[in-house]
Amino acid sequence: MESSVAVRDRGFGKTIRSDRWWLPPLSVAVGLGLFGGYATWAVLQGGNYFADPYLSPLYSPCIAASCPEQIRLFGIEWWPFSPAILMMGVILGFRGTCYYYRKAYYRAYFLDPPACAVGEFRGDRYVGETRLPWVLQNLHRYFLYASIVIWLFLTYDTIHGFFFEDGFGVGVGSIVLLINLVLLSGYWFGCHSLRHLIGGDVDCYSCTLGGKARHKAWKGVSWFNRRHMSWAWFSLVFVCATDLYIRLVAMGVFEDPRLF
Amino acid sequence: MAERTFQVYRGSDDEGRLESYTVETDQGMVVLDAIHRIQAEHAPDLAVRWNCKAGKCGSCSCEVNGRPRLTCMTRLSDYGEDEPITVTPMKAFPVIKDLVTDVSQAYRNNASIPRFKPRPRDADDGWRMQQYEIDRAQEMRKCIECFLCQDVCHVLRSHGKHEEFIGPTYLVRTAGYSLNPIDVEDRSEFLRDAGGLGYCNITKCCTEVCPEHITITDNAIIPLKERVVDRFYDPLKALVRLVRRR
Repeated sequence: MESSVAVRDRGFGKTIRSDRWWLPPLSVAVGLGLFGGYATWAVLQGGNYFADPYLSPLYSPCIAASCPEQIRLFGIEWWPFSPAILMMGVILGFRGTCYYYRKAYYRAYFLDPPACAVGEFRGDRYVGETRLPWVLQNLHRYFLYASIVIWLFLTYDTIHGFFFEDGFGVGVGSIVLLINLVLLSGYWFGCHSLRHLIGGDVDCYSCTLGGKARHKAWKGVSWFNRRHMSWAWFSLVFVCATDLYIRLVAMGVFEDPRLF
Repeated sequence: MAERTFQVYRGSDDEGRLESYTVETDQGMVVLDAIHRIQAEHAPDLAVRWNCKAGKCGSCSCEVNGRPRLTCMTRLSDYGEDEPITVTPMKAFPVIKDLVTDVSQAYRNNASIPRFKPRPRDADDGWRMQQYEIDRAQEMRKCIECFLCQDVCHVLRSHGKHEEFIGPTYLVRTAGYSLNPIDVEDRSEFLRDAGGLGYCNITKCCTEVCPEHITITDNAIIPLKERVVDRFYDPLKALVRLVRRR
């Protein structure tokens, strides 16, 4: 018995895979759309991002003149928009050029490919990351450098979240900020560019000054790197959840429970 | 013993069809066993490439139900009893006959890689290295050249960039050279230009199909991409190189 299925055909969606190959890219598209959409909305609000002593991580560091006095840095006066927009370029750049997110959105939004062994558009016009704008993905390490500064401010803001008007204390918001910092740190420490710069670029550790230490550092970053996808998702979801929590407290929807 | 139906690709690159065969199957059989039974009982002219039947020679690569796999390592019990099993040749390569493909372009890509270039020998006329610093290169040496990663790579499979892009198999080979502690060759320019590393958009399908579980994307391709960035896209590194040269 013969079948006329054209198994050698190329073209969008062509595959003889019989499993639900469309489910992972669809889930990623919905997930990234949902959390990316929320973050964009929150960044554009320009209000309800501070509930003393908690500052939303999407607004950290708060460097515009419109920021509340307790957390204001520099106080840039010429900026009329939401203060979060000033820092969004770094955060978007860091996540947008991240090797994991590249895989995620190339598959989910550009369908390039939609899934492994599934046909796609474009044929031989494909250029990958060889030309503009995609060649700019090579700047990932510069966003990494810039994000170190933001990470330092986030660490400061998290510590600040434990100091209330009456001194040191712990509220639910303090714990939320701490978890957020841990997840963001896990994501940051698993960065592929960091893994390269910290020791991956060394071939001969025993013939390089400080080679053993760099190899240990490389191994440490590799541990986080193996779970980079998980850190990327957990940190993305939790940064939105942290903003939502602080936003609701700032709006007076509920009070932040003080644990001690 | 249970009967199972297999759909097997028959034909050449220009013209082919799926043909159905029903054979008795035994417990523990793999897809390659079934193909051999089809050859023995129904189609003695069915072409299939195989050798070790132990997942080490990389000869029996095909697509089973649309997924690139070694047929000798794919158990029939991985599929439901009533689920039809379709066996087709690797889509990224031209078909010679039935399940046998022409992978000669991949060997030409291999020949284009700048060879391994060791540093001068140490004082005792050998090369000393520590195990911990050779581990990364040894992971790449596990490659059995089954070409499943080349087959699933969309740059080759869907976009046909065989001439412009050496593909994951040979990026693994290149990483095996470049990560070796005694190698001194700089392959950045080759990787950017003739190797076509920029075509890879790191969608990780190669890692998913590797039967040797080499973490191709994270441990071979991305480190090579970062080395290309060091050399061509990082002005800070360029400045450091300039200062060191002076």
